[in-house]
Amino acid sequence: MTDKEALLTYTLRLGDDLLILSHRLSEWCGHGPVLEEDIALANRALDHIGEARNLYDHAVQLEGKGRTQDDLAYLRKERDFVNTLLCEQPNGDYAYTIVRSFLFDAYHLPLAEALTKSSDATIAAIAAKAVKEAQYHLKHSSDWLIRFGDGTEESHRRAQEALDALWTYTGDLFTQDEVHKAMVKAGIAPDLQTMKAGFDATVDKVLDEATLKRPADGYMQSGGRAGKHSEHLGYILAEMQYLQRAYPGAEW
Amino acid sequence: MQTTDDILDLLQNVKDPEIPVISVLELGVVRQVEVDADGKVVVTITPTYTGCPAMDVMATDIKKELVEHGIASVEVKQVLSPAWTTDWITDDGKRKLKEYGIAPPEKTGDIRALKGEAPVVPCPQCGSTNTVMVSVFGSTACKALWKCKDCLEPFDQFKCL
Repeated sequence: MTDKEALLTYTLRLGDDLLILSHRLSEWCGHGPVLEEDIALANRALDHIGEARNLYDHAVQLEGKGRTQDDLAYLRKERDFVNTLLCEQPNGDYAYTIVRSFLFDAYHLPLAEALTKSSDATIAAIAAKAVKEAQYHLKHSSDWLIRFGDGTEESHRRAQEALDALWTYTGDLFTQDEVHKAMVKAGIAPDLQTMKAGFDATVDKVLDEATLKRPADGYMQSGGRAGKHSEHLGYILAEMQYLQRAYPGAEW
Repeated sequence: MQTTDDILDLLQNVKDPEIPVISVLELGVVRQVEVDADGKVVVTITPTYTGCPAMDVMATDIKKELVEHGIASVEVKQVLSPAWTTDWITDDGKRKLKEYGIAPPEKTGDIRALKGEAPVVPCPQCGSTNTVMVSVFGSTACKALWKCKDCLEPFDQFKCL
């Protein structure tokens, strides 16, 4: 794999995380538990899809084969998606959705901060915008997690269950394979083990305030970065890609 | 041929589609206006929020406004860097937001000083500082939803970015 191919793969990893999480959040639109949260999740989905679009634009430039950002979103197969497993997990109840966002936000904010110093100017510019938005995302998910954890017995139980169930997907966030190592060497991406300290500090601080227990680092699911997904991604793509597959090139 | 100042005058007529009292200039999204020797106009804009759906509308509206005023060749370019900040909203823009019922953003420097504490956002209706944030995301990504505990009116706040 050349450095250029590695950069393309890395850019897709960054973009796919955001597209898939954005799609999950958009599934709440019109179904939110309260109006304010319905709106909040739709707004967060927009932020994520905006960042994904910028990254896909960068990817198609790097690739230089004339594909568009829509081609990347709508015409790639499941095994071509390289998002982390956490982002594709189903919405579950609201505690589940909030915990999934919280774990991603605690990872995304320090990542965006680090990427503002990336040697790739486009990735740095995209990150400089994302970092400001990511602060609001983390505030949103942290506030709700604290409210659930430190709320009623029922909300505490549900939040802890969601945390215990999703923890196994946090290992995949910090996978450093050959592609990632090449990116670190080129000054494009941060070393994820170093960055993990920021993730751990956020998680510990918020869980402490939420009176929730941090699960032990047991067996971790992995494979998302290599295109090996849980069964859920196929269903997301079936819904997301249906229209472009059935009516190729449709626009409105 | 139009000068850069003529173009800026025309851009003052192009409003934010979601906050129709404030122009794209007052919002601070117009970064550069160039007129080349052939009279072609290039307007460079920067997005407020990455996913803001109003950006495409603004680009279209800018083109429409200029074409309607006889400019044959118009290009609207988007740049990401340097990233837009609410500090670029002009003082006129902030005043107009407040008159429209949207609490304007505080300076980014202030929010850093207050890090960890909730900012004080005066109610744009009655001016009371006895207000509370209801949700960090309001009617659009750029706004938070607040409530005034004195006049009991809900209101939007343009979030500091």
